[in-house]
Amino acid sequence: MSTGRAAVEAVWRIESGRLVAGLARLTGDAGTAEELAQDALVAALEQWPVTGVPPNPGGWLMTTAKHRAVDGFRRAAVHRRAVETIGRATPASLDERDAVDDALDDPVGDDLLRLLFTACHPALNREYRVALTLRCLTGLRTDEIARAFLVPEPVAGQRISRAKKALRDKGIRFEMPGPADVAERLASVLEVIYLVFNDGYSATAGDDWMRPELSAEALRLARLTAASVPDHPEAHGLAALLELTQSRAAARHDATGRPVLLQHQDRRRWDRLLVRRGLAALVRARDAGGGTVGPYTLQAAIAACHATAPTAADTDWARIAGLYDVLATAWPSPVVALNRAMAHGHAVGPGTGLALLDAVDAVALAGYPQLPAVRGELLAMAGRHAVAALSFDEAAALTRNGPERALFAERAEQARAAADPMGR
Amino acid sequence: MRYLVVLEAVQPATPPPAELMAGIMALGEAATRAGALIDNAGLAPSLAGAKVSVGAGAGLQVTDGPFAESKEMISYAVYDTRTKAEAVEWTSRFMALHHDLWPGWEGEARVLKVMGPEDY
Repeated sequence: MSTGRAAVEAVWRIESGRLVAGLARLTGDAGTAEELAQDALVAALEQWPVTGVPPNPGGWLMTTAKHRAVDGFRRAAVHRRAVETIGRATPASLDERDAVDDALDDPVGDDLLRLLFTACHPALNREYRVALTLRCLTGLRTDEIARAFLVPEPVAGQRISRAKKALRDKGIRFEMPGPADVAERLASVLEVIYLVFNDGYSATAGDDWMRPELSAEALRLARLTAASVPDHPEAHGLAALLELTQSRAAARHDATGRPVLLQHQDRRRWDRLLVRRGLAALVRARDAGGGTVGPYTLQAAIAACHATAPTAADTDWARIAGLYDVLATAWPSPVVALNRAMAHGHAVGPGTGLALLDAVDAVALAGYPQLPAVRGELLAMAGRHAVAALSFDEAAALTRNGPERALFAERAEQARAAADPMGR
Repeated sequence: MRYLVVLEAVQPATPPPAELMAGIMALGEAATRAGALIDNAGLAPSLAGAKVSVGAGAGLQVTDGPFAESKEMISYAVYDTRTKAEAVEWTSRFMALHHDLWPGWEGEARVLKVMGPEDY
């Protein structure tokens, strides 16, 4: 049995979510639970390399953390009920929900889910929700979170401790939301996972590997959430969207690290296992939805159109344009409007796309490089290469991402060459 | 990162105990729920398969199963984990179940890293 640091950390990563959740049920406070879990990890890192990993490592961590909790409570002389609960609890009964919880109308009855709902409480700002979710549910270390978000380690540490303090200050207890609040709370959970995924996905080649790892982490959280609330279509919709998006990860950059647009990606490099999982999750979303389709499921359906097209030329743009029509009607946003214009440009013709683009809220998208980039693509499709080149110039000037700038500059060059094939 | 785990084993003549099957189910469910186990399946006995080999001087040879090896390929699993150690930990738990619950069972699980974007 390997007992090096890596092995201990692997056990920790597998157990930490359940550990924090179980401790939060005992203490009523997710922040305290997270600290107790960290103490248990430190103890494991000290002892396991000497004694070996115990047969039931999760139980060992829980028992160790509980002992610390009891000591802490005794010292602080607070929370009499918690002391009694912990004093009574044996490792075997830790997996059972105590009578107090049984008395609550808990529609799911799942500690991990409660932890997700607590970490993503709408009363917390987004930054805190993200920090707590990563900290409590993925077992990422502070330095790993710092690297992933490109901030110094003390900044990440401060974010986590402030988030835990905010939980206490706002009196956010570790409990299931009532039936009336589940939908809002779940929406917040899905949003946090989506944000974390996109943070990782926006990483560029050459970034620290912890950044793309964020996307992988978010995908695992999406799988966990979908498994925890199987009746909620949007949880499956988000899982589908992230599986399908992640399936293209390897094809997004060329050998030199330059981004490659979807239309030009080498589809042999798309991950077929993730595509298959994404399509399966999409079916589950539709089955659970019973006719109603939410925004994540719609976006997943669009991603599925791309994933199932053997070549770019096979893309069912008419269907994608139709899906964007629904998305733009039910959940309008400037970015959706932009993508919708592009889809109609492909489905109907560049003139239609450009007309829709004129209706896009340019003020809301001021400074967003994708706006001139899409205009450039549509103008190039229409054969108006000279103007297209100017749009690509504008996109290149706007983006703060080096490889993307190179891509837009290249599109500008290509448009100029097409505008003046003689190279005059 | 992605890991392919391939299990080879010598199965005792006794049928697998119900307790083992329940343990495997529970472990698989936990690993799936955690988002770590993303694909797995059992493998039929070698009788159902074949071997295509290229050997010294023999050229290309196709041999139908069964094969007289002591071990049979039993199953495969695909994990999506952040580190090798995590894939090894899930696999260790799976192997420990067999060790604890099926006397006489002997097996070997190979944890193979699947090349991914991080390798290029």
